[in-house]
Amino acid sequence: MPIPTPALSARIQPNSTAPELIRNFCIIAHIDHGKSTLADRMLGITGVVEARQARAQYLDRMDIERERGITIKSQAVRMPWAVTDDDGVMQPYALNMIDTPGHVDFSYEVSRSLAACEGAVLLVDAAQGIEAQTLANLYLAMANDLEIIPVLNKIDLPAAQPEKYAEELANLVGIDPSEVLQVSGKTGAGVPELLDRIVELVPPPEGDPNAPSRAMIFDSVYDVYRGVITYVRVKDGHISARERLVMMSTKKEHELLEIGVISPEPAPTKGIGVGEVGYLITGVKDVRQSKVGDTVTNAAKPATTALAGYSEPKPMVFSGLYPIDGSDYPALREALDKLKLSDASLNYEPETSVALGFGFRVGFLGLLHLEIIRERLEREFDLDIISTAPNVIYDVIQEDGTEVLVTNPAEFPAGKIKEVREPVVKATVLTPAEFVGTVMGICTDRRGALLGMDYLSEDRVEIRYTLPLAEIVFDFFDTLKSKTRGYASLDYEPAGQQTANLVKVDILLQGEKVDAFSAITHNDKAYDYGVTMVKRLRKLIPRQQFEVPIQAAIGSRIIARENVAAMRKDVLAKCYGGDISRKRKLLEKQKEGKKRMKMIGTVEVPKEAFIEALSTDADKKKKK
Amino acid sequence: MTAAPFSVSSSLRSSTPSAGSANHEHARVGSRSFSVYCHVPFCAVRCGYCDFTTYTNAELGPGASRATYADTAIQEIHQAQRVTGERSVSTVFFGGGTPTLLPVTDLARMLNAINSTWPLEPNAEVTTEANPDSVTQQDLHHLADAGFTRISLGMQSAVPHVLTTLDRTHNPARLPDVVSHAQRAGLQVSVDLIYGTPGESLEDWRTSVEAALNLGVDHISAYALTVEPHTPMGRRIARGLIAAPNEDDQAAKYELADDLFTQVGLTWYEISNWARGGISGPHACRHNLAYWRNQDWWGIGPGAHSHLDNERFWNVKHPRPYAEALRHGRLPMDGRETLTAEDRELEAVMLGIRLSCGLPIVELSAAAQRAIPTLIAQELIDPRAAIKDQRLILTRQGRLLADTVTRTLVG
Repeated sequence: MPIPTPALSARIQPNSTAPELIRNFCIIAHIDHGKSTLADRMLGITGVVEARQARAQYLDRMDIERERGITIKSQAVRMPWAVTDDDGVMQPYALNMIDTPGHVDFSYEVSRSLAACEGAVLLVDAAQGIEAQTLANLYLAMANDLEIIPVLNKIDLPAAQPEKYAEELANLVGIDPSEVLQVSGKTGAGVPELLDRIVELVPPPEGDPNAPSRAMIFDSVYDVYRGVITYVRVKDGHISARERLVMMSTKKEHELLEIGVISPEPAPTKGIGVGEVGYLITGVKDVRQSKVGDTVTNAAKPATTALAGYSEPKPMVFSGLYPIDGSDYPALREALDKLKLSDASLNYEPETSVALGFGFRVGFLGLLHLEIIRERLEREFDLDIISTAPNVIYDVIQEDGTEVLVTNPAEFPAGKIKEVREPVVKATVLTPAEFVGTVMGICTDRRGALLGMDYLSEDRVEIRYTLPLAEIVFDFFDTLKSKTRGYASLDYEPAGQQTANLVKVDILLQGEKVDAFSAITHNDKAYDYGVTMVKRLRKLIPRQQFEVPIQAAIGSRIIARENVAAMRKDVLAKCYGGDISRKRKLLEKQKEGKKRMKMIGTVEVPKEAFIEALSTDADKKKKK
Repeated sequence: MTAAPFSVSSSLRSSTPSAGSANHEHARVGSRSFSVYCHVPFCAVRCGYCDFTTYTNAELGPGASRATYADTAIQEIHQAQRVTGERSVSTVFFGGGTPTLLPVTDLARMLNAINSTWPLEPNAEVTTEANPDSVTQQDLHHLADAGFTRISLGMQSAVPHVLTTLDRTHNPARLPDVVSHAQRAGLQVSVDLIYGTPGESLEDWRTSVEAALNLGVDHISAYALTVEPHTPMGRRIARGLIAAPNEDDQAAKYELADDLFTQVGLTWYEISNWARGGISGPHACRHNLAYWRNQDWWGIGPGAHSHLDNERFWNVKHPRPYAEALRHGRLPMDGRETLTAEDRELEAVMLGIRLSCGLPIVELSAAAQRAIPTLIAQELIDPRAAIKDQRLILTRQGRLLADTVTRTLVG
C-alpha cells in the first residue's frame, strides 16, 4: 500500500535508506505487451504520479517511443511502497523500477539494466503469450541470477487466455501455474499485489558501504539543457554531491554537478548509497564520455577493479544515408552529430556515392536501430533521407593474404579473393506449431543451419538456427511475420563468423557502375539479385536519346541485362488554341525536372529512380 | 543571312520587358503582324479525346447559346479594339469546336465585324475549320463569298474503327466531294489527320495518309493523338479499357507520313504541317505561322488566348460567364501574364525550332550555341544548315525530339 505516515516515509529517503529496504527490479516484456501502461499504473498506485497529471506512458519520453509503443532508452523511477511484515509491522520500501529497452538491437543495454537489478518482472500479454525476444531477455535475466516474477498482463481483454499462458510461463520459470500473477495495467487489477510480491521475492541489494565507491552506469541520456544524464546503480560505498568522479574505462575525471533520484522528476539529493539507483550530472555533453556499462568511482579514493560486464557497443549493420536534397548534407552532418550525443552506439563517417552524392556510412546495432535513426532524422531534424540497402561487415581475405574489412559493397576488393567471412547469428524463432514448416522453409532459404527445436507447450515451438546476419538484415523479419500471419517472433545474438561463397554484384548503366546498387550476396543468389535490380531499374530509368543497357555483373561477367530503348518522340503535337503559356510552363517544369537528374556517365537518372529502386518492398507496403 | 519578314529575330529584338498592360491603349509594335482567332465553342458530339473548350448543348444560357453566340462574339471584337487600337489583320482563323455548326451567315457577320474593326489586309488569309459532315456545297460557296479563303477539314482518319474510337461521326466517303466543292468554290483546302489512336495499326495509318493524299489537297496537318487525363478517353485509358497511345508507334507513323507526304511534294514546314511549296509557298497556313513566329493576335471566344507584345492573356472558359462579362461591357479575361526576357527566350526557341526555316544561331544564347556540336552529333539538327547558313534546323529525328532540343538549348 502507499506509505501512510511521514515517519515511515522518512526511513526510505534517498541517501539514507538501508539496503534491506530497497528493491531493484526491471520489467521484461515484448513490444505491445503493456509494459509502459503497467509502469504508469505503478507510478499512480504508489502515489509518485497523481492520476490527473499522469501523462500516458510516463516513462517513454521520446515521441517515436510513444508512437511505436516501444522503449528505446531505459530510465529508473523510485517508488515508495509499504508492506506489513510477518510480525504485523508495516515496513516502508523504496522500489527502483528500471526500465529496459525491449528490442534485440539493444540487448547490450538490456544486459546492463538487468545487471542493475536483483529481480525481474516477466510481463506477458495474456492474449498472445511469450515472444522470442522476451524469452531471450528472460534467459539473460536468469543467467544474471535475477529473481523472476512471471506476470500475465491484459487479463481484462476478452481474448485473454490466462490459464494457457500461465502454464507456458510456469514451465519456463519452473514454478506452479497458480503462482503466475494476473494483472491489468489498464484497470490496475492485481497491481498492488504485484508490488507486494516484488517486495517479498526480490532480494535486497548487497554491497560494502565502507569500500571505495563503485557504481555501474546502466544508462546515459543526453539532455539539451543539462548535458548528459547518467543513470547509475551503486554497488559499494557512497557517492556524494560535489565530489570528483572517475570513469574507470576512460580514466576521465569529472566534477559531479548534481546527484539525485527520479521520482518521477529528477530530485537532487546529497548522495546515494549502497543498492540505490540515481542519476549523475557532470556537465559532459557527449554520452561517449559516460558509457553504459562503465564503472564510476571516487577520484580521490578510487576502487581498483571495475564492475564486470563493460563492453563497447559494436555496430552490426551498415547503411549509407544520403540527403535527398544534396544541399542538406551539412544539415545531415549536424543532425548526426547531435544524435551521437545521445546515442553511444551510433557510428558514421562521410562517404560519397556517384549516384547519391555526399552522405554518410552509418553503423547500427541492428535494423530497428537503423529505422529509429532514420525516423529521428526525418522527424526531429526535418530531413529527407534515402538509405542504401543495409549490409553487414565482411572480412575479405585476398589471394596475397591481405585482409580487407568491408562495410560498404563499394569497398569489396576487385582482385582475386581467397576467402570471404561473414557474421552469423544464433537466431531463435518462437512460432505456433502450425508454422514450423513455414519457418524452417524461410530459414533454409536464407542459408540457415538448424540448431534444434523445442516445444514450449502443446502448440508453441522454439526453433533455433544459425543464420548469416546479412540474410536477417534484409527482409527476414518481414517475411517471417507475413508468412506466419504475424505470430512468429524472432531474436538473435551474434555467433561469430563463417566462410561463405559470397560475391559482389555490380549494376551498370551503359557500362558505368552505379555504386549505390552494388551488393554482396551469396553466389547462389547473385543471379536473382541481378535480374531483380535490372528489371526494376528498367522501369524506373526514363528513355534517353540513345539505348541504355542496364547490366548486372560479377566482376567482368555479365549475369543479367535489360535495355531501355532510345526515346523516339518528345514533342507536343499542338498548342491548344494558341495556348503558348501552357506549353512554355510544361517545358519549364521539364527543365526543373532535369536539374534533379543525376548523370551516370551520359545517362540522366532522376533521383526518384534511385530512391524507388532502393526502397525495399517493406517500405512500399508501409507507404500504402 | 536573310531574315524573313516574321523571323524570330524580330520578336527577340522587341523582347525588352514591358510594363504595358493589355487593358489600356496598346503600344504600337511596328514589326509584328496582327491576327484574329475566333473560337466557336459548339460541337454536335463531344469527341472523347478533345480537350478544347466546346459544348454540345445549343442552349448554355443568356448570350451563350448557339443562336446568340455571334452577337456575343461581336461584342468582344468591339471591346478588344479599345485595347489593340488600330491594327490591320493579316490572318483570321475560325476554330472550335465546330465553326460550321453556326449558320454561315453568322460566320460572315463575325468576319464582317472583324473587318470593320480591324481592316483585313488585301491578301489576308481567312480560314475556318469544318466538320466534313456539317458543311454543304452551298455553305462552301457562301463562305467563299463572305471572304473566307481557306477551309480546314477535320478528316482525322479514313479508317472506320479509328474514327469510332475517336468518337468521330463523319462518313469518310463524303470527303472527296467536300474537298472538290470547296476547291471549286475557290477555297484552299487543308485536311487534319490524327495518328496514334489506340487500335490504329501502321497499315491503318498508311490507309488514312493515302486517302488524304488522294484528295488532292495542298496542305495537310498531322497531329499525334495526345490524351489528357481528364477527358473521357483519358479516363478510359486509366481504367485500362483501351491502350494508351504508344510513343514509338507514333514516331513510326510520323516518319511514314513524312515519307509519303514528301514523295508527292508536300514539304514539312512546321512539325505537324506539310504544304506544297513549303514554308514560303502559297499553301502554308500563315495563321499558324503567326503563332510560331510570336506575332500578335487576339483570340475571340471562351477560353481563347491572345498575345500582344509582352502580354499573354486568355478568356474565361465557360460561355456563360463569357457572355455575362461582355453584357456588362467588360472583357471576359480570365488570366494574363507578362513575359520576362527569360520567358521570351524560351518561347522564341520552343516555337521557332518547330519551323523548317529554323532559328538563326546568332540569336541564341552563348550557352545554347555551345550545345550546337552536341546536337549535330546526336543528329538532331541539320549540320549543313548550322555550319553553312548559321541556322538551327531540326532533322526529322530532331523534329520528333523537339522538346529535348529546346531543353538542351535553354537549359
